[in-house]
Amino acid sequence: MATLDINGTTHEVDVEADTPLLWVLRDHLHMTGTKFGCGKAQCGACTVYLNGSPARSCIMPVAAVQDTEITTIEGLAGNAAEAVQSAWAALDVPQCGYCQSGQVMAASALLESNPAPSDADIDRAMSGNICRCATYVRIRAAIHQAANDLGGDGDA
Amino acid sequence: MRRFERQLAKISSPHLSRRRFVAATATVAGGLMVGFRATSGAAQGEAAGAPSPTPNPFEAYIQIDSEHQVTVLSAHMEGGQGIYAGLATLVAEELDADWSQMQATGASGNISFYGNMAMGGAFQLTGGSTAMASSWQRYRQAGAVARALLVAAAAETWGVAASEITVEKGVLAHASGKTGQFGEFVSAAAALPVPDKVKLKDSSQWSYIGNEDLRRPDTENKTRGQQDYTIDVMLPGMLTAVLKRAPRFGATVRSYNADPIMAMPGVVNVVATPRGVAVVAKSYWEALKARDALEIEWDESAAEKRGTAGLMESYRTEADDGSGVRVHTVGDAAGALDDAAEVVAADFEFPYLAHAAMEPLNAVGRYQNGVFEIWAGHQMPDYYQAAAAQILGIAPDKVKLHVMMTGGFFGRRATPDADVIVETASIVKAMGEGVAVRVQWSREDDMTGGRYRPMYFHRVAAGLDDNGKLSAWKHHIVGQSILKGTVFESALMADGVDSTSVEGVDNMPYAIPNQSVILSTTDVGIPVLWWRSVGHTHTAYAVETMMDDLARKAGRDPVDFRRDMLRDFPRHLGVLELVAEKAGWGVAPPEGIHRGIALHASFGTYVAEVAEVSVRENGNWKVERVVCAVDCGTAVNPDVIRAQMEGGIGFALAGIVHGEITLTDGVVDQDNYDSYPVLRINEMPSVEVHIVDSEEAPSGVGEPGVPPLGPAVANALMSATGERKRILPLGTRV
Repeated sequence: MATLDINGTTHEVDVEADTPLLWVLRDHLHMTGTKFGCGKAQCGACTVYLNGSPARSCIMPVAAVQDTEITTIEGLAGNAAEAVQSAWAALDVPQCGYCQSGQVMAASALLESNPAPSDADIDRAMSGNICRCATYVRIRAAIHQAANDLGGDGDA
Repeated sequence: MRRFERQLAKISSPHLSRRRFVAATATVAGGLMVGFRATSGAAQGEAAGAPSPTPNPFEAYIQIDSEHQVTVLSAHMEGGQGIYAGLATLVAEELDADWSQMQATGASGNISFYGNMAMGGAFQLTGGSTAMASSWQRYRQAGAVARALLVAAAAETWGVAASEITVEKGVLAHASGKTGQFGEFVSAAAALPVPDKVKLKDSSQWSYIGNEDLRRPDTENKTRGQQDYTIDVMLPGMLTAVLKRAPRFGATVRSYNADPIMAMPGVVNVVATPRGVAVVAKSYWEALKARDALEIEWDESAAEKRGTAGLMESYRTEADDGSGVRVHTVGDAAGALDDAAEVVAADFEFPYLAHAAMEPLNAVGRYQNGVFEIWAGHQMPDYYQAAAAQILGIAPDKVKLHVMMTGGFFGRRATPDADVIVETASIVKAMGEGVAVRVQWSREDDMTGGRYRPMYFHRVAAGLDDNGKLSAWKHHIVGQSILKGTVFESALMADGVDSTSVEGVDNMPYAIPNQSVILSTTDVGIPVLWWRSVGHTHTAYAVETMMDDLARKAGRDPVDFRRDMLRDFPRHLGVLELVAEKAGWGVAPPEGIHRGIALHASFGTYVAEVAEVSVRENGNWKVERVVCAVDCGTAVNPDVIRAQMEGGIGFALAGIVHGEITLTDGVVDQDNYDSYPVLRINEMPSVEVHIVDSEEAPSGVGEPGVPPLGPAVANALMSATGERKRILPLGTRV
């Protein structure tokens, strides 16, 4: 039995201790916004926040996150997240969209820590998130736009 | 693929072909026998082009609810290419709907409604970049008929003449002051007789077609984690199955012992299927752990045990031998080569490539009350329906497909062996009535599971005459056929030639007086499949890097050199001229930047690209910028076209820089994104897309952005280094 704090709500789940957080979210709690892509922290589709920092839920055993504030795409909130999501919509970033929960999580975290990221900053922060549709041109543009909307300079 | 389409259209056209297609589909790879479902609509036979008689749009294509939400029922699966937005645009245009009320969803189950009109209409297919071409008449007509019916219903309700009613942004209005919305009249409208004829708008009246400002109806959910894919389907009591498949293609199960894993947490059952042994458990993690612990003894007597290095050597030997099937002959290429003043001779090697879509392959199935339901990314729905029906021993119309939003496909969800569909149906059958099962492939299953872009060897020799004109082209391609051994073989392969092996070489636009194209189709047990732009992925690379070398040899600018040979091909020439102009071709590039250009038409769409490459002192190189010109006829959704060019460029770049599946003694060496890298954001160039203004009928954009990118980049690297790369992938260093 594990006790988890997810998006401000406490959940009790009866799973083996080595079960990755990703599969607890998906199979046990039916919170499906967080996606499965690779199972070994290679693609970023499963990105969640642990105590506010992006982490890969596919390799995170549930036993390791019991005293942790977990945030998923369903609970993502705040100015940076809103700016990112509205820039994503304005530029029609997603194609298939499967990786975009992870992209939005990573981009929002970037803007929380760096309100005016350069292209190089964006490349560093976002290169762990694969988009097989290669929407990268728009991801970059949307992060700059969100930074602008937040009052950062969003300089390329 | 154009010839492929023509052949497909021919065999599936109503006059000769339906029967032949049924015969062709009677035998399926993998030993599964299915029959293609005949439907009344298809049997009646419609001509390619516009469907006739017009179906009732409220039955076939358009749903309107009481909140006035308009949902377009799409004949084509959406997996990122933007067809839901495209079809919503066509319907909204003729319906005079408000864009904010538009949505789309996948549909299947009636070939007369959803048959692919670009391929003759006798079966449903998402593929070959045909969706917009198939839909252009059909969905505009559906919108126009729906509008006429709604107006007629309003006229009857209000007691006014239909001709006096206007429709604007989803609002019906009459000068008397009466107004209403679609949802109020849809029930009455659906019961009215469908008009024989409706007039479609003239292009000057369009407000949505060609509109830059439309945003895709699925974007909002996709940015908030609220879009459901197959992996998100949750049914009561649903179990998860993970399969253990043979380490070598072609091996079969000799024996296994399920007992040791039956006691593992969550495990419910172990089921043998034609594709491997499935561990069925309460959750994915439990199924995966038990699957990994399951021990199976394989019978490898029929397995493919060769590796890719040895196979490539054998391909080279085939080319040395020089014999093969003559695909295309014009004049006397060998003689002209003998007489040539200059000759460029080159060998090319192209590896196997995995699709590696983000959503690993999956499907959800349940058999209940005599009906089998299956949720998945269905690129070939009727075919999957027939395959599932065969396994379950039920009539095809008792198989209900749910066409899910799909996390990328690139061709991988159109499998002639119906891979995940067969697995799911087999497991559901074993589990019995009412048990919902999700079959989920791991990333490793997906990457090692075959259905790759085939490996190819090309040997090309081309000659310039005394005037520097291209006079001879001799081209030998060696590799596996995608169609051979599949349901399509007997219908689509003529004289042993799989057109997908040679498309892009046997139909070059360039005026070359002597041409010879030869194909050697190899027999290898590694399953292969169409991979975004199919044969053009390798033929464009060979042809367009050769053109660059030949221009160099002739002392000509590569644009001028091509221009001279394109006099009869204005659309090719149009994109070439446009991209040259927009990229500043002819003006020296900035310091440290090297340019290359390439041109290729595929799937009826013409694309030229200029790549700008930088090379560092340590040999690391990067594509900094790509300028793209595309002519896809009428630009229905300019922003979607732009997105597909951007994405196609990134997808192609991943392939030429990194993409390589190798096998050692028949075992695949790569199994995840660490060993099979795809493109990441730090490698993505800036992209500039220019769309040719055109009133031609629209053609597809999902694939055609891919082929020119590889040769454009290779030609830029040639400019930078003076070294020609002909073995792919290129790697990250020169």
